[in-house]
Amino acid sequence: MSASPSASGNLDYSTEEFLAVTLAERVLDAGHLVVGANSPIPASAALLIQSQSGGSAEVTILGSREFMQFTDGGKELFDFAAQGRMDAFFVGGGQIDGQANINLVGIGDYPGSKLRLPGSFGSAYLYHLVPNVVLFRKEHSRRVLVPKVDFVSAPGTSPANQYRVGGPRWLVTELVVMEFNAEKARFRLHSIHPGHTLEEVYDRTGFEFDTTEQPPITPIPSADQLTRLRGDVCRALAPVYPDFCQKAFGV
Amino acid sequence: MSWQPLEQLVAQIDDGARVAIPPDYSGVAMAATFALLSRGVRDLHLVAVPQAGLQADLLIGAGCVKIMEAAGVSLGEIGLAPRFREWAQQGRLQMMDATCPAIQSGLQAAEKGIPFMPIRGILGSDLVALRDQWQVIDNPYGEDDPILLVPAIRPDVALFHAPLADSRGNVWVGVRRELMLMAHASATTLVTVEENYDGDLLADPVYAAGTIPHFYITGTSLAPGGMRPLGFFGDGSVTDSEHLIRYEKLARSEEGFFQYLEEQKIQLAGVNQ
Repeated sequence: MSASPSASGNLDYSTEEFLAVTLAERVLDAGHLVVGANSPIPASAALLIQSQSGGSAEVTILGSREFMQFTDGGKELFDFAAQGRMDAFFVGGGQIDGQANINLVGIGDYPGSKLRLPGSFGSAYLYHLVPNVVLFRKEHSRRVLVPKVDFVSAPGTSPANQYRVGGPRWLVTELVVMEFNAEKARFRLHSIHPGHTLEEVYDRTGFEFDTTEQPPITPIPSADQLTRLRGDVCRALAPVYPDFCQKAFGV
Repeated sequence: MSWQPLEQLVAQIDDGARVAIPPDYSGVAMAATFALLSRGVRDLHLVAVPQAGLQADLLIGAGCVKIMEAAGVSLGEIGLAPRFREWAQQGRLQMMDATCPAIQSGLQAAEKGIPFMPIRGILGSDLVALRDQWQVIDNPYGEDDPILLVPAIRPDVALFHAPLADSRGNVWVGVRRELMLMAHASATTLVTVEENYDGDLLADPVYAAGTIPHFYITGTSLAPGGMRPLGFFGDGSVTDSEHLIRYEKLARSEEGFFQYLEEQKIQLAGVNQ
């Protein structure tokens, strides 16, 4: 039953580079990508797309000065999204369940009796309005990927009569890429990262998901992607995340 | 209007006031916050526009906050806001959990002088059930199209730190127009200012475009470095990260939190330690 990954023993890329490339593959066609605050790996992915597009893809990084080109205050980004001008958005979650509901509020009874998290931020809104929402949580565990979230910051799916032009399409973790099927309200395993097995995915996932017996292995970064990450992306991102750039790109 | 001493500025924030505050990357009036802590302000209703960090955590830890209305409270890259986390977990705070554009829409309703604002998305979030003032109606211009209404948010006070103001009380905020929204929506606006502008900000069209006119401004106080240890106007390089890291560590416990205040030479009024 196990996939047999054929990762080489000496990978010449960092985990951060691998995940940035894996996230970027989910948003290849996006014209305007938006990244939340404190999200250096998604920011790297967005800037990789920008580099690959020859600069035509727009990138907004919330909380930064360098990648915040809006001029009408904090509200403008949300108005922009509601008009359908934002193509892709990366979001995390304290908990994510098998129906792609996300919880950013807290673990335990409201308001988070076991662990109070910061709050929903813009997720409750953007989750409905951005066509390609990519869920990114590095930690792949039963603690994070649960059967049912303790609090729904934003729902994975909505009734047919509710206005909804966007929603979750992908989930990327340190272990897998999963694709979300809104009609079935279920994830399907898209690929497993090199060096991991399907058993491990079952073991560490708290919700049910669809898969084939031998899911594909997530592609490793290409030489071109690594060059861009260590060049264009690193140069652009260093003012925003200096420590991260040093760790992730070794430059 | 003329410049006021900081103590006089913060004296205009009453116990129980509903106070709008900006996110940590915008222009947080930290010097004014330290003055509020020393004064021992009580029962504040903080409205984070739309999120808050160190400022809210300090006020919560010192027992100054009754109601926390926010889309998020955290120290950003540094981590969770430790006092907020503990007080919320223990049910010692009245939480009004929101999402960023719901707060902005509420302020926009106040800015327009209307009672509510319709807003897309959000339906199906547990927030809708929590916030009993939020209502879902059927779009009167459509068919079978449920849409959320959020009530106007009209704070008693908007409090922030800005780069420039002139002696008439015109305040330049440049591209940080959430500060302008806060001023428009609030009954009073109190601003600490980095630098005096020698002249009339409204007379120069380049400045005027990013200037809040004096008639929205209740008081200004010159306080260079008044955002420290936070960054300013999106410029993270100003942020004193070591300070914040130390705060996050200390404030994980109540004892550590009070040790931090002591280190900062903040005497809390009416608190027996």
